[in-house]
Amino acid sequence: MTWQADGVKEITRRTFLMGGIQIALACVLFGRMFYLQVIEADKYKMLADKNRIGVRLIAPPRGLILDYNDIPLAYNRKAFRSVIVAEDTNGSVRSTLLNLSKLVPISDEEIERIVKEIKQKRSFMSVRIKDDLSFDEMASIQLNIPDLPGISIEDSLMRVYPTAEKSAHAIGYISFMTEEDLKEQEKLQKMPDVRIGRTGVEEFYEEKLYGKTGTRKVEINAVGREVRELEKQDAVPGENLRLFLDSRLQEIGYNALKEEAASAVLIDIETGGVKMLVSTPSYDPNIFNAPLDMKTWENLSKNERRPLMNKAIAGLYSPGSVFKIVVALAALENNVINEHTRIQCDGRLLVGNHPFHCWKKNGHGALNLVEALQHSCDIFFYQVAYDTGVDKIVEMAARLGFGEITGIDLIGEKGGLLPSRLWKEAKYGDAWRRGDTMNLGIGQGFLLATPLQMALMMARVAGQGKKIIPKLAQSEEVKIEETLDISPKNLKLVLKGLNAVVNERGGTAYHTRINVNGQRMGGKTASTQIRRITLKEREEGLKQQHELKWKDRDHAFFVGYAPTDRPKYALVVAVEHGGGGGSKAAPIASEIMRKVLELEQIDVETKKTKESQK
Amino acid sequence: MRLFLDRNCYFKDFEMSLQDKLLNMSWSFFFLICCVVGIGLILLYSAAGGSMEPWAERQFFRFILGCGVFFTILLIDLRFWMKYAYVFYAISLLLLVAVDVRGVVGMGAQRWLDLGFVQLQPSELMKINLVLALARYFHGSSKEDIERTTYLIIPIIMMLLPVALILLQPDLGTASMLVFVTGAIFFLVGVQWWKFIIVGLVGLASIPIGWHFLHDYQKQRVLTFLDPERDPLGTGYHIMQSKITLGSGGLFGKGFLEGTQGHLNFIPEKHTDFIFTVLSEEFGLVGSSVLLVLYMAIIILGLRMALKSSNFFGKILALGLVVNFSLYVFINTAMVMGLLPIVGVPLPLVSYGGSAMMVLMAGFGFIECVYVNQEMVIGRLGLQDE
Repeated sequence: MTWQADGVKEITRRTFLMGGIQIALACVLFGRMFYLQVIEADKYKMLADKNRIGVRLIAPPRGLILDYNDIPLAYNRKAFRSVIVAEDTNGSVRSTLLNLSKLVPISDEEIERIVKEIKQKRSFMSVRIKDDLSFDEMASIQLNIPDLPGISIEDSLMRVYPTAEKSAHAIGYISFMTEEDLKEQEKLQKMPDVRIGRTGVEEFYEEKLYGKTGTRKVEINAVGREVRELEKQDAVPGENLRLFLDSRLQEIGYNALKEEAASAVLIDIETGGVKMLVSTPSYDPNIFNAPLDMKTWENLSKNERRPLMNKAIAGLYSPGSVFKIVVALAALENNVINEHTRIQCDGRLLVGNHPFHCWKKNGHGALNLVEALQHSCDIFFYQVAYDTGVDKIVEMAARLGFGEITGIDLIGEKGGLLPSRLWKEAKYGDAWRRGDTMNLGIGQGFLLATPLQMALMMARVAGQGKKIIPKLAQSEEVKIEETLDISPKNLKLVLKGLNAVVNERGGTAYHTRINVNGQRMGGKTASTQIRRITLKEREEGLKQQHELKWKDRDHAFFVGYAPTDRPKYALVVAVEHGGGGGSKAAPIASEIMRKVLELEQIDVETKKTKESQK
Repeated sequence: MRLFLDRNCYFKDFEMSLQDKLLNMSWSFFFLICCVVGIGLILLYSAAGGSMEPWAERQFFRFILGCGVFFTILLIDLRFWMKYAYVFYAISLLLLVAVDVRGVVGMGAQRWLDLGFVQLQPSELMKINLVLALARYFHGSSKEDIERTTYLIIPIIMMLLPVALILLQPDLGTASMLVFVTGAIFFLVGVQWWKFIIVGLVGLASIPIGWHFLHDYQKQRVLTFLDPERDPLGTGYHIMQSKITLGSGGLFGKGFLEGTQGHLNFIPEKHTDFIFTVLSEEFGLVGSSVLLVLYMAIIILGLRMALKSSNFFGKILALGLVVNFSLYVFINTAMVMGLLPIVGVPLPLVSYGGSAMMVLMAGFGFIECVYVNQEMVIGRLGLQDE
């Protein structure tokens, strides 16, 4: 090897160099391993656990809503939904959705919603694609599941409202949480794709009905499949909710009102339980199970008759003559009048230079309180209000529930407006005037009340002055102890007047009297003007209500109670632009009350026969 | 042992019995190899979720077959290998052409040649045959020859032909390994430093040009390597998951068969290119250091055995093969640790795969062959001189 003696030396030298480089490289690798496995180990251990452990949330079944006779007003139906888990799609969410949309129609808006939701969520969480799949849709998804990575079918529950539009406003509906809901409800540990209550008792009793979300910690592999369950915390199902509401009465009430923009409330005087609460026009809460199309939504939200509004608790009206009950009690309690006091009605009363008119142009003559209520004489109550004074009327009105929410278990209740001296000064910077007091005397002017408040007033008056609170849901405490401290004698006198309204010849609702096995109804009609009546019109003779445009007609009210001898139910019927209380509201009210009384008798009889059979 | 030495180095006669060869081979070298293969079998058993099927058992039989190749090669006379070095090179070059023309498409690249009974990966064969050919070429070179730039043209062409063919497949990993091995051989035989520096600079300058010739998936890999967060669900996924798996193993690991990342399939190709992560996850820094130390022992011992050789051909052959082996080790582990972009280089003797196992065992066979024939002196012009 002489020809390469130098070469051998060189090769040995360079081999040592090479070996040195390799040892250095090994040291670098070891350093890297040390860095990853010792220094950064905790970080990667956490990441590995995150890889491994998925948290799946379990939706609790929502509690049922039952009526007074345990008939369901809302229950859950088993259904199937398709969901997508982003991390299982290996990044191609859109293409997976496109593939799916060939099998199951999905609108572009829905795809955008899904993509948006996926971005907001942790990648292992499932996002709902479509609810309530038909059998065919399910079958075609199952068949093509290998081509739809990340898509799976889950059980779901759909909410069913068997009474549909008849009880929509009382029950409400459920729909998916919006982003704002999620922010608010974080502490409740809810799932984003869970439906929550909207309006009605569904919203008011949300927590009770919802229950508690369960969690499942599962070990998942790289494609997101569950390998095994590590930990499970069962969901706590929502509690059932029993209402005072009677679905049969809902049907009666709805059928009586469905042609109108109206509301009606029936309160059980003994318990304060709301046996019926109807608002029309209504909507079918079942439609909120599926994504709403714009047209349906606009029909609901832009309708001038406002189907989405619960008019019984959120409709504000001048109560008109209904308020005469309050004025009468205020005057009696303050000894301004007694049962014998008579006031002359000439159809016109001058206060200063301003004339106040009775609805009856030629006047009623001299009337006592019972007669004044029976005929709904305005002059009588102008005078009484004037004599009693605004403060005492307001005090009585507040006791009977005006000017403040009643506390019914519904969301969105309005408190109305009970004007007072202080209020007017604060609001208008103007002193309370005599004319204001007189307007208040017949329930007009600034005064605003909801139909529920009118019904509650009726219930409190008919219920011997007990401080009734209206409730939809049954609860433990039903006994009402607190009273409003109104003398029974005065209440009796007022009720006598209300009895005369319906059951005595000449009463404003005499034509709608009822007699169900001797059980009769008492009450009060009211019609409140929407437009001012000009002097000219008054002289030319008033137009008939049906000649006016719907929007210009008077609101029609009737508050009533039955039976007259032993009051059990208080009822209000409020018909927007119905024309007249006596002509429109009273007939509806008497029809409802008649059926209520008949139904009660049937119930009592069936109960009797059942007991005798035992 | 009879030894005939021609003092003028023109003629030598050298005979050893098979028994002598087996007695003189480096059994410790073979033992180290067995240790590494043993670790590999344990990892394949774990990667299959605690089962010999489908990998560990087959890998074991491949190793047995590989041992056959190993002993066959070491028992054959070194001069035979030298005599046919160019022939082997030419054959594997033809096979590469064949694979490009009508290769079976596998893993997105044409790498296998289906010979009916076995699927052959000619690029793997080339790793040995190129070293053989280069060793043969430099065997007769003097220092002056090597320092002449024109003298290097032929070996560069010898390297470029297979590299071009392999790039066509395309297989960037194997091609770059051939370039590295050739470069290492040039370095070992004594090519001047400044030539490497110039080539290095030219190489750096041509990166932007070379970029255009890369396939999209290769560009993705490089980009993602530079910034794995860029696409955590796509190509960055492998790098991220690989690092997570390694890191989560900690100092002592999660325990045999207890690795969550591997068993839950977060690691792609966990039985082949990424098998190092299984070791790191289940046996921690301790386990992976043991394997690294074993590899280093094989490399250092290999270099020592090569230097023992009295002939230039053997020296270069053994050194080239050791370098080739160490490239496998360094590229694979660095890639798994996120130090290099992901290229398809298996962890030698451990990753599941037939071709690589055969080629590696053949390589070790040549190193042992050089070692047992360490005292053989071969004339400048090789066997033609006899």
